[in-house]
Amino acid sequence: MTDTTLTPPSGKTSAPAPNRITSILELDPLTRKRNAAEARFKLYGIIAIGIGLFFLIALLWAILSNGLGAFSQTFIKVDVPLNQEQIAAAEKSVVKTSKYRAIIVDAFARELAGDKITTDMSAKDMEKLFSSGAAATVRDYVLANPDKIGSTVTFDLIASSRVDGYLKGRVKREDLAEDKNLDAAHLDLADQMQSAGLLEKRFNWAFITGTDASDSRPEQAGIGASMIGSLFMMLVVLFLSLPIGVAASIYLEEFAPQNKFTDLIEVNISNLAAVPSIVFGILGLAVFIQFMHLPQSAPLVGGLVLSLMTLPTIIISTRASLKAVPPSIRDAALGIGASKMQSIFHHVLPLAMPGILTGTIIGLAQALGETAPLLLIGMVGFIASNFPDGVAAGFFSPNSAMPAQIYEWAKRADPAFYERAWGGIIVLLVFLMTMNIIAIILRRRFERRW
Amino acid sequence: MNEMPNFEQAKTMTESKISAKKVQVYYGDTHAIKDVDIEIQPRSVTAFIGPSGCGKSTFLRTLNRMNDTIDICRVEGSIKIDGENIYDPKVDPVQLRAKVGMVFQKPNPFPKSIYDNIAYGPRIHGLARSKSELDEIVASSLQKAGLWEEVKNRLDEPGTGMSGGQQQRLCIARAIAVSPEVILMDEPCSALDPIATAKVEELIDELRENFTIVIVTHSMQQAARVSQRTAFFHLGILVEEGLTQDIFTNPKDKRTQDYITGRFG
Repeated sequence: MTDTTLTPPSGKTSAPAPNRITSILELDPLTRKRNAAEARFKLYGIIAIGIGLFFLIALLWAILSNGLGAFSQTFIKVDVPLNQEQIAAAEKSVVKTSKYRAIIVDAFARELAGDKITTDMSAKDMEKLFSSGAAATVRDYVLANPDKIGSTVTFDLIASSRVDGYLKGRVKREDLAEDKNLDAAHLDLADQMQSAGLLEKRFNWAFITGTDASDSRPEQAGIGASMIGSLFMMLVVLFLSLPIGVAASIYLEEFAPQNKFTDLIEVNISNLAAVPSIVFGILGLAVFIQFMHLPQSAPLVGGLVLSLMTLPTIIISTRASLKAVPPSIRDAALGIGASKMQSIFHHVLPLAMPGILTGTIIGLAQALGETAPLLLIGMVGFIASNFPDGVAAGFFSPNSAMPAQIYEWAKRADPAFYERAWGGIIVLLVFLMTMNIIAIILRRRFERRW
Repeated sequence: MNEMPNFEQAKTMTESKISAKKVQVYYGDTHAIKDVDIEIQPRSVTAFIGPSGCGKSTFLRTLNRMNDTIDICRVEGSIKIDGENIYDPKVDPVQLRAKVGMVFQKPNPFPKSIYDNIAYGPRIHGLARSKSELDEIVASSLQKAGLWEEVKNRLDEPGTGMSGGQQQRLCIARAIAVSPEVILMDEPCSALDPIATAKVEELIDELRENFTIVIVTHSMQQAARVSQRTAFFHLGILVEEGLTQDIFTNPKDKRTQDYITGRFG
């Protein structure tokens, strides 16, 4: 053979190129390769979705299994005789509730005897079965109903977080070695009380409506006050960022001239959406609190900071939905002599409404879950009393917010607070879901057929 | 309707409704329309024809200042309607557009009811003092657009639910409702099938009695069918303008002849 490649094709090599198969009933190698690539790609997609779903389910399972406990609470049924002298003595002492505690334990010991439950536990140890808030419950009742003094009243008193945890399975006998506040006798007693019907597990309204409680009373902590705080903040965010955001987007999208300056603004708005939220927090601290001297921990300030954060989201989505309105609609309105503003407000804006609402709700949802900026402006107020008509009642009074409250609980040592934190997350998610449902309903209402 | 053209109207026939002199249109640096002079006769149909990109639509849109909505667009020269320069700084384009209505290439009814589509213009211009007056305007506009019989029982249904041809006639009715004097139509039939096109053409022919109509069209047959005068645009220049039958049977310019015989375009 010669070394030239230009040898005339022999009979065999003049057949079609090796890749080409003449019948379409047979797959040629290239097609086979393409099909395989396609199948592989589909598989990757399914795997990706599978991983996502797995983590979603794991998350939901974790939230529900850890958090549902917060929605039920164990109560101890005690018939407390409200003895005139004992109460008078208690009201005279310095720490009034401690005397009431003694009254409760007295009554409780008698009740145990009545139910033929024997225990050699001291009164001091017996106290540990009750929440330290139980005494306050009895005292508040006495103060509110002085006419009941002298009679015997049946109270459902909150059990301590340990007894509550034992009934929910969180506190186990194996853990006793590490717990100074509890020994096996407590749990034995709890078992006996349960079979005697003295313990009752009920839905825990106080968790949803109540306030935070101190470190020693996790069984009394509730998310109600911070829910109000979050609600106030969301109102501020909604009423500030929606009108400002929509007005800004309409101006930028429909009226502003296209030049370097508006380009700069546009780029900056997009960048603002990506700024870490803690930066907004420190901005809020510097501007609203240190410069403008607005009150610390107030939902108004929290709302202002979160509005700053939400604005870019709302502006970006509003501009996108304004852009998506076909220009023919603008032409139609202008063509019959509508002014620019009329064409926007009568025709473009209603059509853009579903998109604007979606963006707003996404922005609000983001703001609702935001924790970092709130820490910087002190929206982690410890609200334990005077609720709902006291400190947590207004836009200017100190409050907390749901995510900040959850963060606070997660930080605390007692495992009972851990349960509250998960429970708080459930409430937060329900809040978010409600907002999303409202958004969907509003969107349906505003959506028009083309 | 059965308004007879009276003596007054006959007299104004001789004066042109729109008179454009040395009109230049620029898109940024592009010189899109060069030195266009044209007189448009009242109560007649004038067709603008020409190959794609020749500037006929651009020129049409200068007549009601729809080009104002494009930032980079600049118009020079004078365009007078009834002797008034529409590019005078004192002119509000919104008021002008009530006088010079427009129908677009693609039917673009508002996503509202048929009634509201028609009533919108009269409402924003305050043409009706009461609900019954508004009803009357809606009915008469739909009648003039030949749509009344088809829609009188479903005025509250969305205008977007109608067929393409009906939608376009709805858009014409919407333009009529504000009682303009001139109606500009930018390829009104290009999105319609032949039957709907025939209906719209018939309508244009009827409307000529009361309105001055300027129509941009891609179809030379359509121009021949509906217009009294035709203007041929090419590369931003008005090549030739005259009576439609003259343009189509006896064009003076070679480019016009080439275009109407299908040699380019």
